Formats: sequence, C-alpha cells, structure tokens
Amino acid sequence: MATEILMPALSPTMEEGTLAKWLVKEGDTVQSGDILAEIETDKATMEFEAVDEGVIGKILVAEGTEGVAVNTAIAILAEDGEDVSTLEAATAPAEAAAPADDALEANSAAPATVAAPEVPAPDLSPDWPEGTPMKSQTVREALRDAMAEEMCADGDVYLMGEEVAEYQGAYKVSQGLLDEFGSKRVIDTPITEHGFAGIAVGAAFGGLKPIVEFMTFNFAMQAIDQIINSAAKTLYMSGGQMGAPMVFRGPNGAAARVGAQHSQDYAAWYAQIPGLKVAMPYSASDAKGLLKSAIRDPNPVIFLENEIIYGRSFDVPDIEDFTIPFGKARIWREGSDVTIVSFGIGMQYALEAAEKLAEDGISAEVIDLRTLRPIDYDTVIASVMKTNRCVTVEEGWPVGSIGNHLSATIMQRAFDFLDAPVINCTGKDVPMPYAANLEKLALTTTDEVIAAVKQVTYR
Amino acid sequence: MAAKRAAKKPNVSGEELTQYYRDMLLIRRFEEKAGQLYGMGLIGGFCHLYIGQEAVVVGLEAATEEGDKRITSYRDHGHMLACGMDANGVMAELTGREGGYSKGKGGSMHMFSKEKHFYGGHGIVGAQVPLGAGLAFADKYKDNGRVTFTYFGDGAANQGQVYETFNMAALWDLPVVFVIENNQYAMGTAQARSTSSHDIYKRGEAFGIPGEMVDGMDVLAVKDAGERAIKHCRSGKGPYILEVKTYRYRGHSMSDPAKYRTREEVQKMREERDPIENVRQMLLTGNHASEDDLKAIDKEIKAIVNASADFAKESPLPDEAELWTDIYA
Repeated sequence: MATEILMPALSPTMEEGTLAKWLVKEGDTVQSGDILAEIETDKATMEFEAVDEGVIGKILVAEGTEGVAVNTAIAILAEDGEDVSTLEAATAPAEAAAPADDALEANSAAPATVAAPEVPAPDLSPDWPEGTPMKSQTVREALRDAMAEEMCADGDVYLMGEEVAEYQGAYKVSQGLLDEFGSKRVIDTPITEHGFAGIAVGAAFGGLKPIVEFMTFNFAMQAIDQIINSAAKTLYMSGGQMGAPMVFRGPNGAAARVGAQHSQDYAAWYAQIPGLKVAMPYSASDAKGLLKSAIRDPNPVIFLENEIIYGRSFDVPDIEDFTIPFGKARIWREGSDVTIVSFGIGMQYALEAAEKLAEDGISAEVIDLRTLRPIDYDTVIASVMKTNRCVTVEEGWPVGSIGNHLSATIMQRAFDFLDAPVINCTGKDVPMPYAANLEKLALTTTDEVIAAVKQVTYR
Repeated sequence: MAAKRAAKKPNVSGEELTQYYRDMLLIRRFEEKAGQLYGMGLIGGFCHLYIGQEAVVVGLEAATEEGDKRITSYRDHGHMLACGMDANGVMAELTGREGGYSKGKGGSMHMFSKEKHFYGGHGIVGAQVPLGAGLAFADKYKDNGRVTFTYFGDGAANQGQVYETFNMAALWDLPVVFVIENNQYAMGTAQARSTSSHDIYKRGEAFGIPGEMVDGMDVLAVKDAGERAIKHCRSGKGPYILEVKTYRYRGHSMSDPAKYRTREEVQKMREERDPIENVRQMLLTGNHASEDDLKAIDKEIKAIVNASADFAKESPLPDEAELWTDIYA
C-alpha cells in the first residue's frame, strides 16, 4: 500500500520549512535511512531520511518550494511493484499538531482570579497540650535530639555530610550521633557537595531516608541541580512512581564577619520550587518538632537553620514524639495595631521590635511562619484583617523575597482591609561586606522594623 | 576499534542469539517509528534516538539478574525496552498521553519503572551518575546483593560530578557498574575535540576502579564484559567501569543537522559494524535460523511497534487535573 511522505518537523519549534533539494527522483527505490531530501528550517539545513522502504511513486512538492507546512504530503512512497501512476495525494492534511494546540489552550485557560475577600479560619490549636512539662534546650541540642529520635525509630534514616561523624559536626549539631548509631548510619563525606547530594538523592530513590547536612547552605549551591532537578521533580516526572523522601539541612544566612560568599539567605530560592518543602525554624521547640516532621515526610525537605541561633536556649516540651506540622504558623504575640510576619532569625528583630513598640503604645501581632513551603497564608490573612497593617521581616535580599510574595497575597486576599501599604524589611540589595560597620548596615535591624511599623501606623 | 571482541566461535546458543536479535531489532524499529512520529508532530520537544547503540543495553541486560537496577541519561528508550518495559507505555509517554509511563508528564527524557527497577530517564548531562551510585549505596546499606548499572555518555564523562562520584563509589565500595556509552560524539563535538585522554575507561585508575574497553557493536562482547563487571561488584569489590565503544547513526536529537561528521563515516559504520546485522549473520551462518525464521521475527517486531504507535496515538491526553497531581507524596 502506498504511504504519504510528510513534511517532517525537524525541531521542537518548526512549523514550516523550505524543501531545498530532492535527493531522490520518482521511481527510485529507497531503504530505511536513505536521505530523501534536504530541508531548510530557520536554524539549519537538515537531511531528511526515509523511515520505510519502498519506491518513490510521486513527488508532490517541487524542490525550492518555500513555506511548506509541517505534515504536508511531499511525496508518495509505493511498495515494491505497486503501480505508481495512479497515486494521488490525499487532500486532507494530517491532523498532527492538535496536541500542542490543546496544551496551549490549557495554559491560557486559567488567569488568576480575584476572589471576594473571605475571612480565613486558621488552625490556632496549641502546639502542645497545656500543662506539658518543659525543659530548656539550645536549638543545637533540639536538632540533635530530633535526628537521634528519628534514627532510633527508623533504620532507613541515616545522616551524611562533611564532618558529621568523627568531628561531631562542624557546628556540633551531630554531636554523639556517631557513637550512638555507628559509621554505617553517620557518614563523613568528602568535600564534594554536588556528588554526595546526588548520591543521597539516589539512595532516597532506592528506599532510604537520607538526612544530608550541608556545612552551610552556601555550599549547597554546588548541589542545587541535584536538589531541584533530581530531588524535587522526580515524583512529578515519574507520574507518582518514585520520589525522594529526604532532608537537606544546615545553617543558612549570614553568620558573622564571614563575607559575601558565606552569608546568604536561601529562603526565597527554595520556597519557589514545587516539589520541595521548606522549613526555617526560629525556636528550639520548632527546630525539633519540624525536623522530626521533615525526616518523616515522604518529600524532599529543605531545612534552613542558622548558626547564630544554634546556641540560643528555648523551652522545649518534654514529651515523647513531639512534632510540629508543616504549614502551621505560630503567633508569638497577639496584637491589634499591626501584623509583623517573619521566620528564622528575622523573628529576633520582629520580637524585639514588638517589645519596644509596646512601650510606645503600639500593639504588634507577631507571626512566625516556621515553614515557607507550604506557607500558612490563613493565619497571616486573618491577622491582617484584624490589624489592617503588615510589615514583613527577613534577612534575605529584597528582590523576589518572601515578603514580596506575602505582600502580593495580602493584596489579593485582603486589599480592602489594608490601611497602609505592606512594607518588607529585608537585607540590603548588596553582597555581604566584611567590615563590621558595613555588615551591620547590610542586615535588617530591629530599628528598621520599628520604623516600618511606625510608617504603616502613621505615627 | 581496539576494543576486545568476543571469541571467534562464541559459546552461545541459537536461542540466546535469537533473543538478542529480537531485543535489538525491537529497539531499532521502535526508534525508527519514534522518529517518524516526531516528524509528524506527534512527539514534541527533544527526542534522542538510540539507533546504532542497541547492542550495549541488550548485552548488559543479558548479564543482569532480577532486582538489579539501571539508570541512564535522556537517550533512554533503548534501556527501557531492554529491561522489559512495555513498548506501548514508552511510546505513549513520547506522545505525552495518559497511557505513558509517567502519565504523559515526563516525556522522552523522563520515564521510570519501579517494577522494572528503571530509575530514569535524566535530562541533565551527568546528573544520573551520582544518582546511580546512590542507588548502589542504598543496596549496600540494605546488604541485598544488588548491582546498579549507571549509564552515561562520553560527553557526560567530562562532568565534574562523575569524578566526585568515582571517588565516593571507590571509597565506599559501592556495587555500581559505570557504563560509559562512548558513541564518539558529545552532541556535535567529536571525542578528540572534547576529551583530553583517548581511553575514558582508564579514568577510574586514579580512584582504584578497574575499567575496560568493550566493543559495543558486538552484543556478545558486551555481555561478557557485563558479566565480569557484575561479578566484581556483587563480590563486594566496589565499582567497575565499562567503556563501551558504540556509534549513534542518527543525530544527537531530532533537530541535529549532522554537519560534524561525514555521511560516509555513518554509512561505513552501518555497513560494516551494524550490531543487528552482525547477529543476523551469526544466526544464519550458524544455522540457528533461516531467512524465513528471521522474517517472521521482523514481522512480529513490526507488529509490536505498530501497535505501540497506535496505542500512543489513541491514548487520550492526560486529564487536565493531572497538572496538579504528583507534586507531593
């Protein structure tokens, strides 16, 4: 039976091309792989090979013809011995590009809609029952305990990273874990972030639940392809067949006087990635409760710690198996005049500012997001609907910040409730300088938060 | 080619040879059909065909046991077919349909099968190398005796993460076979223009990883080498490198104008070294099969491939609700 040879699409974007030259003529016998013609696209001249064997029955489009649409019949291929004189091209062009059109329609079908403001009902349940005994613990100890408890509970959980074992952790977060769990489960890696992050993602594909410690998240930039392209996207790309249940953790953000390459907040970077979850705790109880949740989570989790608050002590509930869920913010302080939203070390400035503002008679509600993917929008929106004003606080850069994103969300969901524009207090738009005075200027400060609150409350 | 060849009179049964012939032919016909569907606009984006390289996966798969794992790059259709994945599901993924292995959400470069221990399908050159070592890490951790075949090309062999992985795989004795499918062109750049040393398999020496070069156009030589490699890994001696010299007949992807090599070079390879023709001749001269037997196989394969194309055309587009599924477990 005769088959039509169609104008091929030779690149992902080609819609038409020039049939530059025929390399066969009517009556020629062709084998699979023989070059039939040269076709010019906007990018290159390409050779077009035969797929099926047969005899060129009729050439339908002469060489030199420009603007030949993809899928136009350009020749007819007859089987050996078939009478070619009666062959005609079918008139209807093949309907092949349909899937692409459909896809485009799907893309444009859903513009963002503006819903009428609805007062959300956030989850305000306490993190632990009233009367729970508490103990004072540093953030460092809380993180260590979280890992130890989860490693006790599940033999597939292991820790790998630079200096996590014999050195006991560059920042002593993994202190004692080697003794407790042995070198099979607490593994010192060479200084090779890209490689060991990839090995850990592969191990997660293979059924383990790795905890990868980056000595700091600055070094994770070496590994970010594996984190995003391999860990975050595989569940989707595999249609749900396999993913990466694992945690990438370590200190994030500015330490002190370590200069531009070691001082960067990645909160907004990772919060942008679908497929990742992102936590950035401030207190020791959140560090512990969220890390335990992160290790149990079947998805890849970015867990952003902070060197400066590792040594700070907080009350931690003294109960077995204490966890904090992702996507539930914590209201540290209730207030009525302004909502201050922060996370991680930004909470320090937010809480200090609220304390000082109270002395001036301004009542600030302070919300700790705790996780940045998912974000507890409801708690923020409900608060802004009450206070009508909002200031966000974070250490990262201003462009494309978490604060920017919250501002947009507040505008969409609570526009009519706002009595002032939302102000984002962020790190300055500069690489981190080394000099002590300049470094101080580059970070956001309690005074800046106070000034922003006064601005939105028109004081 | 200076690579090791199988013994002149290989100790191989007609049955085995016929299986290799069938498996390689399935890949070739499948890929030809994929090229055709691409030309018709039914397959979009990037599509990297495996034509010419069939003996590599078919030979190595013949050396594996149930439970062994494999992971590769974006030139992955051959690996999927060779490890027993269903042609319909692979072709329907190429056309981005609901019946595809990833429900149409992965495409040519991103397919997986937990059932067949196929871990992708990875689009970033070299990224599958640490991932493959990680799979082996998990097997060693579980002490289950499994081996992972980690495939990558001569181009990927220049990525830094490959050497980070060699170091750790050797340091931790991971049961991983690194298979360098050297098709001699990193996209359009010939090996001599991109790679400082000629023998890529020797690059493991610095890490203490044994390696050998294999004639990738000879399925029996590939299988022999695969057996040596797998034995090494399974006995707990750590990783092994196979540099398998092969040749890709088609362009790097479908949109490859092929100006970096001569048509004569391709033609010569097809005529003199074709891996399928090679086995075909062995079957005929060894009186393992007649022309008619082989024709029957050809017909059978063509039917499988045509059925897969029909399935891939008829399978519906994924439901629009699929946009929002499988982001989180």
